[in-house]
Amino acid sequence: MRGSIKDNSEVFLKNEERTNWHDKALWFVREKRDLAAKSIPEWEQLREKASAVKMHTLSNLDQYLIEFEENALKNGVKVHWAKDGEEHNRIIEEILQSHQVKKVVKSKSMLTEECHLNPHLESKGIEVIDTDLGERIIQLKKEPPSHIVMPAIHLKKEEVSELFHEKWNTEKGNNDPVYLTYQARLSLRKDFLTADAAITGVNFAVAETGEVVVCTNEGNADVGTHIAPLQIHSMGIEKLIPQREHLGIFTRMLARSATGQPVTVYTSHFRKPKKEGEMHIVLVDNKRSERLSKEKYWTSLKCIRCGACMNTCPIYRRSGGHSYEATIPGPIGSILAPNLDTEKYSDLPFASTLCGSCSDVCPVKINIHEQLFFWRQDIGRSNVLPKSKKISMKIMAGVLGNPAVYKMFGKMMRISLKLLPSSIFENKLNTWAKNRKMMEAPKESFQEWYQKRKK
Amino acid sequence: MKIALSIPCFIDQFYPQVGVAAVELLEKLNIDFEVPKNQTCCGQPMANSGYENEAIKTYHHFVNLFKDYDKTVMISGSCTHHVQHNYTHIEQTNEVKNVRNNIEDISQFLLNHYIDEIGPVHFPHRIALHTGCHSLRGQRFGTSSELVTEKKTGLEGMLKHVTGVELVPLSRPNECCGFGGTFSVVHEAISIKMGRDKLNDVQDKEIEYLISNDMSCLMHLEGIIKKEHRNIKVAHILELLNGSIK
Ligand code: SF4
Repeated sequence: MRGSIKDNSEVFLKNEERTNWHDKALWFVREKRDLAAKSIPEWEQLREKASAVKMHTLSNLDQYLIEFEENALKNGVKVHWAKDGEEHNRIIEEILQSHQVKKVVKSKSMLTEECHLNPHLESKGIEVIDTDLGERIIQLKKEPPSHIVMPAIHLKKEEVSELFHEKWNTEKGNNDPVYLTYQARLSLRKDFLTADAAITGVNFAVAETGEVVVCTNEGNADVGTHIAPLQIHSMGIEKLIPQREHLGIFTRMLARSATGQPVTVYTSHFRKPKKEGEMHIVLVDNKRSERLSKEKYWTSLKCIRCGACMNTCPIYRRSGGHSYEATIPGPIGSILAPNLDTEKYSDLPFASTLCGSCSDVCPVKINIHEQLFFWRQDIGRSNVLPKSKKISMKIMAGVLGNPAVYKMFGKMMRISLKLLPSSIFENKLNTWAKNRKMMEAPKESFQEWYQKRKK
Repeated sequence: MKIALSIPCFIDQFYPQVGVAAVELLEKLNIDFEVPKNQTCCGQPMANSGYENEAIKTYHHFVNLFKDYDKTVMISGSCTHHVQHNYTHIEQTNEVKNVRNNIEDISQFLLNHYIDEIGPVHFPHRIALHTGCHSLRGQRFGTSSELVTEKKTGLEGMLKHVTGVELVPLSRPNECCGFGGTFSVVHEAISIKMGRDKLNDVQDKEIEYLISNDMSCLMHLEGIIKKEHRNIKVAHILELLNGSIK
């Protein structure tokens, strides 16, 4: 059973020092993003453009997908279509089996996370090594990513040191990030050299040329695909852009939004198989086309997975990515997950103050906080919320929709606040007053004051 | 021009002094206005909890009260935002459209039209400002820190004729205070943590007053201040401009 973000965040918040550390680490990234964005005077125009290109592409997705496939085939690439995660995993398994692959290196991909590819392949006896440093860390720790760009952001270097010591027998207590990274490099190097195949995610796919573009900081996608004879790129169908010339809009914003870097260290274009190699592209729907048909939610497909909405989110920073128990956490995750299973993820759209920081930081201008509000309505109308909540809303509606009742209710509240011992209001049942002092009751309400004064 | 003053439910019930400050300020400015009787609420608490349908009756009540005015001045950016953006849920009659188009948060109303006629007010204190998120990002009352645009004046512009005041910037400009309506109860733990973090920032900078245009943020923060016996005072910008902070 999935735990709720409410319960999970309460556990996370119990360790205040750690919460503060997490909050500060992500706020630091948000500040770096601000500096990087502000170095581009036309930032807001870029956001407009990026959004427009994505909207256009999504509105003509069928045509661009066909164009992309045609061009990829011309390049000698094998193209596969998967309607859901299961089919995606089966396709990849078949490609790997037909090449007798025993070991595959994988670079960062939220899609394979979404499809649960690793456990599937492992169950078929294929070893999968995640090669992005953060992903490798959490893979060793057997944890899901807590962030889409910085998957191990929830771990401290001391914990990484401990983990590497346990798994690779590195020097105990050596917390030097340079040392630890070097150890990871030594270990990964062996994996790169012995892998039979490489799988990567895709940041952008260009319809005009049939190529895919992968952005990394570590070059792990490049090492993997260049060494292994077989390369597979998994992508959601929303990753398309029409032409190469549109790419610059996105690459100028992706890294700046994600980490505050001007550009990712590697922006690699993969167009055709290398000599005597094989290149496959798997296009995955997994309910994306269904989302495309939803008037209020289709624009969430514009997302370029920069993670900026997580870094800026005051709730994400103080609850940690794992609290969401969804493949993609944070604000964007909270509007994506209910598309996959509304009931299961019905709590996520409520984990927000609707402050709107996510929408303002988003490089492709997704109205995230508005979609959170829409989801609340859809969930409220369905039968997934507890009855007790519905009843209290009905009472509230009765009070607020009827002035006479409102007046009486308000008076009663104020009088009882005065007369009753505060312990009745400030006990655990009254959640508002658990950590807040109850409002002091004024002698008269504003309306009472005003009516008296007028006479 | 027929102007109505709209008082949100929580100000009516718990912070009447803010409504009083509004009335006195408008009178000092010789603005002709009425305070319609029988005001209750804009319906936001229900809608934000996912029960828009339950709020319909409240929406209609609100529209009926304000439909005949040329301008509705509301003492809350958040309620104003709700009426403007979310009253789309009911049929868009001319009356509904009128109310949606003519409603304005009182802080923006004063800043846009009357700021040079207010004051001077002497307020010799160290203060910090907090713009409610819905005013900031929903109505662009000021410029949010995420945007790369020319800075638009918001709440700080209202200090134009306040003398002696020392305005101290907070380290996280416009981070949410954690109120969020029913969020403050549903996600109490996160809400409190956000509130405390904001207050720690205020306290570290030895700020005496936290001033906001949104009393609901302050209601949440004041609850924490009092519970934890912190040495911070909160006040609505209207109280400051009216010179009525006690
Ligand atoms: S929703 Fe926007 S900010 Fe969030 S990850 Fe996607 S592109 Fe980035």
